[in-house]
Amino acid sequence: MPRSRGEKLFGLVNGVLLTVLAVVTAYPFLYTVSISLSSAAEAERSGFHIVPGNSSLLWEAFRETFSENDDPNEPHRTACDYLTEYGDGLSLVSYRKVLSDPDIRTGYLNSIGRTVLGTLATLFMTCLIAYPLSRRCMPWRRSVMWLLLFTMIFSGGLIPTYILISRIGLIDRFMVYILPGLLSGFSVIVVKNFFQAVPESLGEAARMDGASEWAILWRIYVPLSKPVLATVALWTAVAHWNAWFDAMLYVHDRKLQVLQSVLRRIVIEGNTELVEKGLVQADQFASTPETIKAATVVITILPILLVCPFVQRFFVKGIMLGSVKE
Amino acid sequence: MKPRDSAIPARPASRRVWARHRSLLFMCVPAIAYFVIFHYIPMYGLVIAFKDFRVSEGVMGSDWNGLENFRRLFTGPSFLQALRNTVVISFLRLIVGFFAPVVLALLLNEMRIAWFRRGVQTLTYLPYFFSWVILGGIFRMLLASDGPINVLIVSLGMEPIPFLTHPGWFILVIIISGIWQSVGWGAVIYLAALSSIPQHLYEAATVDGAGRWKQTLHITLPALVPTMAVLFILSLGHVLNAGFDQIYNLYGPAVFSTSDILDTYMLRQLQAMDFAEGTATGLFKSVIGMVLIVAVNTMANRMSDGEHGLF
Repeated sequence: MPRSRGEKLFGLVNGVLLTVLAVVTAYPFLYTVSISLSSAAEAERSGFHIVPGNSSLLWEAFRETFSENDDPNEPHRTACDYLTEYGDGLSLVSYRKVLSDPDIRTGYLNSIGRTVLGTLATLFMTCLIAYPLSRRCMPWRRSVMWLLLFTMIFSGGLIPTYILISRIGLIDRFMVYILPGLLSGFSVIVVKNFFQAVPESLGEAARMDGASEWAILWRIYVPLSKPVLATVALWTAVAHWNAWFDAMLYVHDRKLQVLQSVLRRIVIEGNTELVEKGLVQADQFASTPETIKAATVVITILPILLVCPFVQRFFVKGIMLGSVKE
Repeated sequence: MKPRDSAIPARPASRRVWARHRSLLFMCVPAIAYFVIFHYIPMYGLVIAFKDFRVSEGVMGSDWNGLENFRRLFTGPSFLQALRNTVVISFLRLIVGFFAPVVLALLLNEMRIAWFRRGVQTLTYLPYFFSWVILGGIFRMLLASDGPINVLIVSLGMEPIPFLTHPGWFILVIIISGIWQSVGWGAVIYLAALSSIPQHLYEAATVDGAGRWKQTLHITLPALVPTMAVLFILSLGHVLNAGFDQIYNLYGPAVFSTSDILDTYMLRQLQAMDFAEGTATGLFKSVIGMVLIVAVNTMANRMSDGEHGLF
């Protein structure tokens, strides 16, 4: 079908708008990566830092390669000289410092631990409650459902929860990362709806053969519900990886901090021994607080970037499944 | 509870059915225990909003003091300021930000180059998956007085702007960075709704001589209305959640006057061991939040004959 002039114009404007949006979205991350890879002197130079180091040197090297030198008397710098100087502006010192910091290492391990354990526990518990709720014949089904739905619209709030957590002795325990957020009403409903779409006859047949409800859940329903469980797992894992508030509020033990709370101390509160350690060594390759902060941000972001390809596929499905209506 | 339809009639069916039901009920026990402990006990804990709470006396041992905590909240300056800021920020977000994902979804939908569309889509929803500790750290660097944004502003011949320490500018930062973070994700939700529009509607419209603009107006937009209704209900229900994670990781005392919200105020009450008044703040927030979400949902159900409500 031929396109009218108006449509062509719109297509052009649309392309420009989306490009601008892409640049605006990407720039903060490009800046952070650039700063994290720059030497102290480069990081302090004022500029936009779209690539690591001094990009004008790259441009000079490029020009030098493709232009003829017309003035032989002028002291001549080759493209190689420019590239060497550019290379001096790059540095991995910040990463070396960040990765060798014991707080960051324990933070990383604790974050991985809570993400893996927390996600597995949530998946197990969600399946366990979603299955009986999906069976219409279950007694008191509506009451249990209401018990769960009510927590989605009303909550005790910050302080009563804090008092509870401290009374049951979860302060400074690893389990404080896992237990309080074990189940969410939303995930349970999503999984329950999916279970309800599994043909009853499958369970019925297994029941005839003498299978227990427990076996029917784990051998029939769970394997058939992989897409929705993957969605819930990804949601939960990202939430665990990003969680910082519980660590800030309930955990004071340095050995139990998660990566986000270490990151928070470095980039938000801004005055830690780590940053100071970075300041002490004042040679030209040293880091600055800014490069340390940027490097910490980058190593926190990386794992999320790794799961992103899966995210797109599953998350969108998850939204489609998530209708609350019964 | 009466046992119902069993596959095998006669014999001791009812007993067998009850055994089945019992195992189903057993499966509920851990979850019920979880919800009671971590959700309903804190709800019970809300009674300390009406008490002269002392940590040594505990929730039950402390003396009642009626509405004294609320009286103090409503006569002091901080609570009312936090309430006002919360409502203002939420409504600004709603007014400025609600249609942004719709517009982005429509633009992406009209983009004909597939790889470009996918690329922009993936890129714009990425920030949604990063915590505000990460994003707060990045924005603090970008918006610092000698950061790149101010370098740009100075190079245009203007004074550097104190984005994070000026009460007015800070609100703008909150709104814009909030949209920046969530617009792509919002668009993904609308795009999912768009992909379910049957193609024959567009074909029929083309036959009837409707251009792309008319098609967008009469087919695409109406198809988005149910999703918009649901998201609108949710955001109205969350008017008292003005974005704790974001604000807490970006603000400082210099901007409390416009950006101290109920959640940040409550956290400071907790840190000051002001348990009773803090719980009163929380109770106020929870009750209003519940009333709002039920009211808006009822309204949505009425207006659309039960079609657009959440429950």
